Amino acid sequence: MFSKITNYTLLILNPGYNKVNIVIFTARSVPLLMNYVSSIGSYSIMIREVFKKPTKWPIMKSLILKEIDELIYGSMGIIIFISFFIGGVVAIQTALNISNPLIPRNLIGFATRQSVILEFAPTFTSIIMAGKVGSYITSSIGTMRVTEQIDALEVMGVNSLNYLVFPKIIAMFFYPFVVAIAMYIGILGGWIAGVFGGFSSSADFVEGLQLDFTPFHVTYSFIKSVVFAFVIATVPSYHGYYMKGGALEVGKASTTAFVWTSVVIIILNYILTQLLLG
Amino acid sequence: MIEVNNLHKSFGDHHVLKGISATFEKGKTNLIIGQSGSGKTVFLKCLLGLFEPEQGTISYDGRVYSELEPRERRDLRQEMGMVFQGSALFDSMTVEGNVMFPLDMFTKQSKSEMLDRVNFVLKRVNLVNSNQKFPSELSGGMKKRVAIARAIVMNPKYLFCDEPNSGLDPKTAILIDNLIQEITREYDITTVINSHDMNSVMEIGEKIIFLKDGFKEWEGSNMEIFKTDNEAVTNFVYSSELFKKVRQMYLEERN
Repeated sequence: MFSKITNYTLLILNPGYNKVNIVIFTARSVPLLMNYVSSIGSYSIMIREVFKKPTKWPIMKSLILKEIDELIYGSMGIIIFISFFIGGVVAIQTALNISNPLIPRNLIGFATRQSVILEFAPTFTSIIMAGKVGSYITSSIGTMRVTEQIDALEVMGVNSLNYLVFPKIIAMFFYPFVVAIAMYIGILGGWIAGVFGGFSSSADFVEGLQLDFTPFHVTYSFIKSVVFAFVIATVPSYHGYYMKGGALEVGKASTTAFVWTSVVIIILNYILTQLLLG
Repeated sequence: MIEVNNLHKSFGDHHVLKGISATFEKGKTNLIIGQSGSGKTVFLKCLLGLFEPEQGTISYDGRVYSELEPRERRDLRQEMGMVFQGSALFDSMTVEGNVMFPLDMFTKQSKSEMLDRVNFVLKRVNLVNSNQKFPSELSGGMKKRVAIARAIVMNPKYLFCDEPNSGLDPKTAILIDNLIQEITREYDITTVINSHDMNSVMEIGEKIIFLKDGFKEWEGSNMEIFKTDNEAVTNFVYSSELFKKVRQMYLEERN
């Protein structure tokens, strides 16, 4: 029986008389689990250190403005481009799936609004940001680690985590503005695809947009975007700051950071949806 | 003066430093030499406070690092300057920005006062008309000069250099060595240099500590290293034919 146990498999064995369920971790599962727990611990310690011993305000102010330019303003182009086409695709796909003549055509506008506001603008955009901004954060901090620039900061007596990560966290608090723009552009894309593609009239689409509108859905979306912003700023920073090795490892750390940022966003998306809408 | 007493440092099961004791004197260029993997870099990072030793003490002019409060440790670090092996200049800043960084961070000087100080130290390391250049536009020797300028801009009491002339041509390497020695004497700094460049050992090694497998194997000056019959030291220092001949000539001349 034990020969069938594969690595990384958690088996719950029922010995037959239902007395005790024995949980068996295979030899490699325990270190892997410990590794995850250790990483979560290191991440928590990093967050605590970020808020300790702040850098002088005039320097911090210029760092924050620089990060807003890099992380927020620099991402606007790709976010506008993707949101526009996603909105358009949602409108077209909704229209193509309405075959019953009894279903009103304003459903196209309604479905576009709900999809874009609830999921595409906050979550899909965050995954894009995890790729674009996250890999930038990991590679820039990772390169500083490899070239001993972080050691140089520490030797000077600078709290390198505060200097490097804090401005990114503050800059990412402007992320809800990006999400708001993504909502607007996504719905605009849906309207253009719906109306100019001949799937809906402008009046039907706008009527759908206004139908059963719940303002809390926008609030829910902004709450999610603030949480995701924190994740996008800190998880890639963690992978960059604690990386070891050379240039090749910087690339690997960027990929790992993207994967973990996406995983954390998806899990938090589920939890926040359950908490706020469930 | 820096006094190290019975320093131990391990990483997991790997015991890197095994009870090192040493004294680094003020106004002198102190060299730590040894083969790769002998513990030089770990020792230097312990001196810098980047690694916390498990056992032993490091005392900076009577201040024992492990007994200092976090605030006192930060203050002590501002008395240290460090020249990293790869210079570790901030890529996003110009030469001027790099050298001005510690002043901007820790002093309340006006912009013009900071600029005067930056220009003074850049002139001291013989680097003029490069203020607005970025590190990517500089040669290896120029980067080292900027790193030295940044390290001395706050008037440090302690200067640490990790392989300061690695990757430099012999002429530039000697210029950098001499610059460090001149600055050490001029400002009466305690300088500790981590090196395995034998030219540096012979040129500026006023005090040399030889590490082997985490132990202090030998200590002396660049004159004493000619006379030593310690096998580990002679195998390491006189591994090239050229240095063997130099030593032979020195000993013949002495006799």
